[in-house]
Amino acid sequence: MAECLYSRTKTIQEDKVSGFCPGCMHSTVMKLIGEVIDEMGIIDRTAAVLGIGCCGLQMDYMAYDNITSPHGRACAVATGMKRANPDTLYFTYQGDGDLASIGLAETVSAANRGENFTVIFINNGIYGMTGGQLAPTTLFGMKASTAPKGRIAEEHGYPMHVCETLNQLTAPQYLVRTSCNTPQNVMKTKQAIRKAFEYQLAGKGFSLVEIVTSCPTNWGLDSLKALDFLEENMLKEYPLGVVRDKG
Amino acid sequence: MARTFMKGSEAVAEAAVRAGCRFFAGYPITPQNEVPEYFSRRLPEVGGVFVQGESEVASINMVYGAASTGVRSMTSSSSPGIALKSEGISYCAAARIPIVYTNFARGGPGVGSIQPAQMDYFEATKAAGNGGFQMIVLAPSTVQEAVDLTVKAFELADRDRNPVHILADGVIATMMEPVELPDMMPEEKVKEIRESKRKWACVGHELDYKNRAWIEPGHWLTSKQQECNEEAAAMYEEWKKKDVMVEEYMVSDADIVLTAYGISGRIAKSAVELLRKKGIKAGLIRPITLNPFPVEAFEKLDYSKVKAILDVEMSIPAQYATDVEAVVRRRCPVEKCLCSGGNIMSREAVIDAVMKIAGQEA
Repeated sequence: MAECLYSRTKTIQEDKVSGFCPGCMHSTVMKLIGEVIDEMGIIDRTAAVLGIGCCGLQMDYMAYDNITSPHGRACAVATGMKRANPDTLYFTYQGDGDLASIGLAETVSAANRGENFTVIFINNGIYGMTGGQLAPTTLFGMKASTAPKGRIAEEHGYPMHVCETLNQLTAPQYLVRTSCNTPQNVMKTKQAIRKAFEYQLAGKGFSLVEIVTSCPTNWGLDSLKALDFLEENMLKEYPLGVVRDKG
Repeated sequence: MARTFMKGSEAVAEAAVRAGCRFFAGYPITPQNEVPEYFSRRLPEVGGVFVQGESEVASINMVYGAASTGVRSMTSSSSPGIALKSEGISYCAAARIPIVYTNFARGGPGVGSIQPAQMDYFEATKAAGNGGFQMIVLAPSTVQEAVDLTVKAFELADRDRNPVHILADGVIATMMEPVELPDMMPEEKVKEIRESKRKWACVGHELDYKNRAWIEPGHWLTSKQQECNEEAAAMYEEWKKKDVMVEEYMVSDADIVLTAYGISGRIAKSAVELLRKKGIKAGLIRPITLNPFPVEAFEKLDYSKVKAILDVEMSIPAQYATDVEAVVRRRCPVEKCLCSGGNIMSREAVIDAVMKIAGQEA
């Protein structure tokens, strides 16, 4: 009798493939979200609020309810949904351009109100779907299709630290930065997502899980070199760890 | 329900609550600040939610979110604020999410003036956002009509799963009039309406790949996008057959037909009354739905007898007149009596314009 050691989470549709580029960590994060929903048994009361960009590629293959928000507006859309329907667990899923550039006002305002939903924030330092333009989180020395010489402080300012910025506010419950570069960090990311969801179900307010990821396609690196770049550069600028946990 | 004396903006808000609206998000802008202020007091009393958004953009997106859970939801603003909302309105139309929103229009373009105007006709009826979608657009001319149309707006929005737009103006927002409010919708009915949307509402569903809620304001497949646009276009055609509302006042024997919507329509109507006393055969066509446009009211005019049509409009350049000209097709002249910039239409100016057409001194 064969023993089943692993099976794909039911929260990913059985007959679908993700469509993400090789080495992209979106698919890893989505698997983790799916597993957490599966393990918590909350698919019947969970819905995703998707940002614009590669974030939205999940809509066709994940199994939970979802809504696509206008670019940057996920935290406003989620505010309306959660306030109107508090019994459902809502999480936004947004990239750095969506959350920290065009949607910065919505993100900061929702965090400041302590809205009781969860933000899953994918920080890969670049605009993915549109082809590698400069993001608020782009590193110095990282070339972008709209910054051919890379980020220059005088012109573009500095890489933005979302967790630390939100940590200036009183309301947020849980702010954490993780990555998916090692098996250990994958597990920590899953734990962070679970914790954020549990806080939401307990009505504790705004939680944000920032996940530092790679974008091999737009970084112009293969999957392994992208991992090296992430460890040597991204994690130096964006150190991992719990920024706030009110408990 | 006894008559009560209310300000237009507050009467609209109360009518919305009585029609089952349980979510409002908005941002301060003159001349309709009493709308969010009223909702902030009133909604908590009935278990509803009021949020002051951080912006107009955020507010419409909160409404998009709330309505996507099945709750009757509304926002309101005035001209520059409505322009900011266009992104979210387009998403609601694309995803077929029923919302209601009011524009208590003020002078424009730009920040314009805070006084009443009718400068947003094209925006409301032709391009309220990107992508060529349409909405039923309702234009009240009195506070009572604004109340009645607010109730109607929620019904139409749910019927079609589409946004409904009430294009009012600063006069309707700030004037006080006696109104008869609708009865309060029983709470069971409010719940029943919400429950009826549960199948598509984004609230979580049992694991079922085919039947989960998927609110789609766009499509990866161009064929699917075209299919959705075709469905919407068919719905817009249906409106022309069944949803036109128009007031025709003393038109049957008129040889000068005034036409105007909203507050200008009301002013034009009182001008018609005075003109009739002077022995001038004036009449009025006042669209209550700006979209669908009341084509038939103009088609059935006897153009061998109508000397001219007079467009009365608080917009320079004229906007509504363009649609009138399109249906009249040069069968008679379309003259214009216009003001703009926040100036309210003067009844005397309307009477003078009619007298001039009639070839008489005012």
